[in-house]
Amino acid sequence: MTTKDAIIEVHNLCKEFKGFTALDHVSFSVARGTIHALIGPNGAGKTTCFNLLTKFLNPTRGSIYYEGRNITHLQPADIACLGLVRSFQISAVFPQLTVMENVRIALQRKRRRHSYDFWRSSRHLDSLNHDALQLIDAVGLTGMANLPAAELSYGHKRAVELATTLALEPKVMLLDEPTAGMGQKDVERTVALIRHAAESCTILMVEHNLSVVASLADHIIVMARGKVLAEGNYGTLSKDARVIEAYIGAGHA
Amino acid sequence: MPKLTLVFSLLGIAVLAAVPLFPQVVYPVFVMKLLCMVLFACAYNLLLGFAGIMSFGHAAFLGTAAYLTGYCMKAFGLSTEVGILAGTLSATALGVVFGALAIRRQGIYLSMITLALAQMMYFIFLQAKFTGAEDGMQQVPRGYLFGLIDLRDDTSLYYLVLTTVGGGLWLIWRTIHSPFGEVLRAIREHEPRAISLGYKVQKFKLLAFTLSAGLSGLAGSLKTLVFQLAALTDVHWQTSGDVVLMTLLGGMHTVFGPAIGAFIITALQYYLDAFGQWVTVVVGAIFIACVSVFRQGVAGTLNKIRRSDMIRTRDVSLNAKSLP
Amino acid sequence: MPEIFGIPLQAFTGQLMLGIVNGSFYAVLALGLAVIFGLLKIVNFAHGAFFMVGAFGALMLERYLGIGYWPALLIIPVLTGCIGILVEITLLRRLYGLDPIYGLLLTFGVALLLEGSFRVGFGSSGQPYSTPPILRGSTDLSFMVLPNYRMWVVAASLIACLATWLVIEKTKLGSYLRAATERPDLTQAFGIKVPLIITLTYGAGVALAAVAGVLAAPILHVSSSMGSNLVIIVFAIVVIGGLGSIFGSVVAGLALGLIEGLTKVYYSEASATVIFLCMALVLLLRPAGLFGREER
Repeated sequence: MTTKDAIIEVHNLCKEFKGFTALDHVSFSVARGTIHALIGPNGAGKTTCFNLLTKFLNPTRGSIYYEGRNITHLQPADIACLGLVRSFQISAVFPQLTVMENVRIALQRKRRRHSYDFWRSSRHLDSLNHDALQLIDAVGLTGMANLPAAELSYGHKRAVELATTLALEPKVMLLDEPTAGMGQKDVERTVALIRHAAESCTILMVEHNLSVVASLADHIIVMARGKVLAEGNYGTLSKDARVIEAYIGAGHA
Repeated sequence: MPKLTLVFSLLGIAVLAAVPLFPQVVYPVFVMKLLCMVLFACAYNLLLGFAGIMSFGHAAFLGTAAYLTGYCMKAFGLSTEVGILAGTLSATALGVVFGALAIRRQGIYLSMITLALAQMMYFIFLQAKFTGAEDGMQQVPRGYLFGLIDLRDDTSLYYLVLTTVGGGLWLIWRTIHSPFGEVLRAIREHEPRAISLGYKVQKFKLLAFTLSAGLSGLAGSLKTLVFQLAALTDVHWQTSGDVVLMTLLGGMHTVFGPAIGAFIITALQYYLDAFGQWVTVVVGAIFIACVSVFRQGVAGTLNKIRRSDMIRTRDVSLNAKSLP
Repeated sequence: MPEIFGIPLQAFTGQLMLGIVNGSFYAVLALGLAVIFGLLKIVNFAHGAFFMVGAFGALMLERYLGIGYWPALLIIPVLTGCIGILVEITLLRRLYGLDPIYGLLLTFGVALLLEGSFRVGFGSSGQPYSTPPILRGSTDLSFMVLPNYRMWVVAASLIACLATWLVIEKTKLGSYLRAATERPDLTQAFGIKVPLIITLTYGAGVALAAVAGVLAAPILHVSSSMGSNLVIIVFAIVVIGGLGSIFGSVVAGLALGLIEGLTKVYYSEASATVIFLCMALVLLLRPAGLFGREER
């Protein structure tokens, strides 16, 4: 199915491992400017789908379109340069770098600041400091700019990861379980950040926490056993018998 | 830079500059060899400690430059700086080729590939006529620097080696503290994240590999001029192992730690030379000891003592990140 | 005299035979490396050194105790295996859980230690070891002359590879090994003593190398450097075959021995480097190795 302003379109995506099919002819599209959620019980193939979209895995069959362009065979770094940036299931920060340095690395790539210049002093990057601090403020980490990322709490690490993603001014953010492992307060903060980020880009996220999905998502795709089971908004899906059946035993977060 | 480090550095430079004035105390040729090995080890560590890539075939770069510089000086009677440049460029070119092949894999495979490629160079040099095979390329003329300064005098050559090695070490230090170095650090800390930010990590790894190879080649070219000899030991896998040990022993997560390792190993080999093959046994034993109980090396341990209030007791794996 | 592409038939088949013999050594050594790597995730640089120890062991048994080839073929692998077990228990064991590169470095140190020790004891030049009387001479088939001892080497290597395969695939111990390779924690939870299996596997891998060493003693000059030269070539072979694949290692070993032999016939200067060139080619076209699994 194609939507008029679909920023991502997936056609018949399949991924087979030896003797095991993770994704079986999955098709969907993501409309520009919306928040999409990909949900489903464990083993449904959500993370595999994610890895395929971000090119960390290659599909066995099928194609992926981004802004009308076939990105099925591009490298992960290429699609990031095109504006499709992902986060990771386990918060991906650069541990020994400070929060400031973490954000700066992302800015450095975006602004193409002499990244190959091994003869230049790294002081050349100081011009990025102002923007880095603004981003750090935006995710609520004011005052922590000089702490090594490894010393932060898990919720704060997520915020750093979000800041580095935002630094790239992405058109689409792919978030892999952004609230996983968080306490209630961190969840609320992260939801607010995502809502804020959604003002300037499209978001596709994999989530287990159904209350987060309920409050954030404009459109939900339910997956089970490697296939798309149903699509719609939270209201319709929560009454859908197939969805309920797929979730028996999985429960809410 | 902290005051103590600055004082020690200046003192060290002063001592090094004064060496040719006291030939009875210390042999300038020995110090020149030491300087070459220091450059070799620090260049190697650019790849190991900062890019996180363990090459087990760096002797290929040292040796290729050594032979090529030797050949250019002998066959064409070139001016010294041209000879050095020729050797260094050849090592750089080899670095591009070997690097491009090796980084197609990661981790242990990468190391094995570098070992195999270096061994291939060993066999090539063993069979090539211009190298003199087991006898080595002997009587390499030191030539005239810029066509003017006669380098047959040990003192003149010493200052050339000192300044060149100094320049090389500065370049390594600068590379680590450059925008490129920042990206390398990020890649080493979390490569998938770096990729997902849009960095083409293979290009960065290749550049690091090439720089490391080129500077190792520079060390090899200088060494040929010092001893006026290029030999098969320069491309032998034991030399590759030596530089790994120097880096490990000195401390691979520090910029100049490998220099300490280079000093220890070179001095050891020099003084044990009289005992023949026992050197290999001793080096082997040190290797085992280092890997088993001393993975942080000398500089790493010193750093740890200095920062004892910030210590984390976490086992130091190869992917542990550097303390600046 | 019949010729193949300009080379006399007998010379051609002679080199081919040598190629198969070399290939057999490569196969047995690659097999040992692959087995050790599969379970311990350690690339055993000392493999070549243990090969050398095996050859020297046979030599020393004969020289100092008058014990001949056939008993040596049984005693030496067992003895060398015990040395390997000692190395594993005292040194290698500390490194599990760390980056596998430390295992390579440690075994590199062990290799240096062993090689240096034997060079101190026996010097650098090669020592002769006589072929067992029953296998001396050769059999003359009209199109080629088959040296008996070399035929025995090929046969023995194939038997060793087959025996190893049988143990791994068909015995209970082998199934424990395969389980421990995939999921050591789960296997241990079933009550199987995984550390013991690891130790025995290292010992067995080393013993395989020693067997190759005893087989090699009459053919190659027994010298301290015979192992290291060989092991680096075997590294290239396992990269080609795919380090995770036992089958791949053996096949690659035999195939590359053949290729090396053929190269020696037609273009002998390249014979020392042809295996490395093949490795470069495989890396360009199929980085995971011919039989390896795709990894990220």
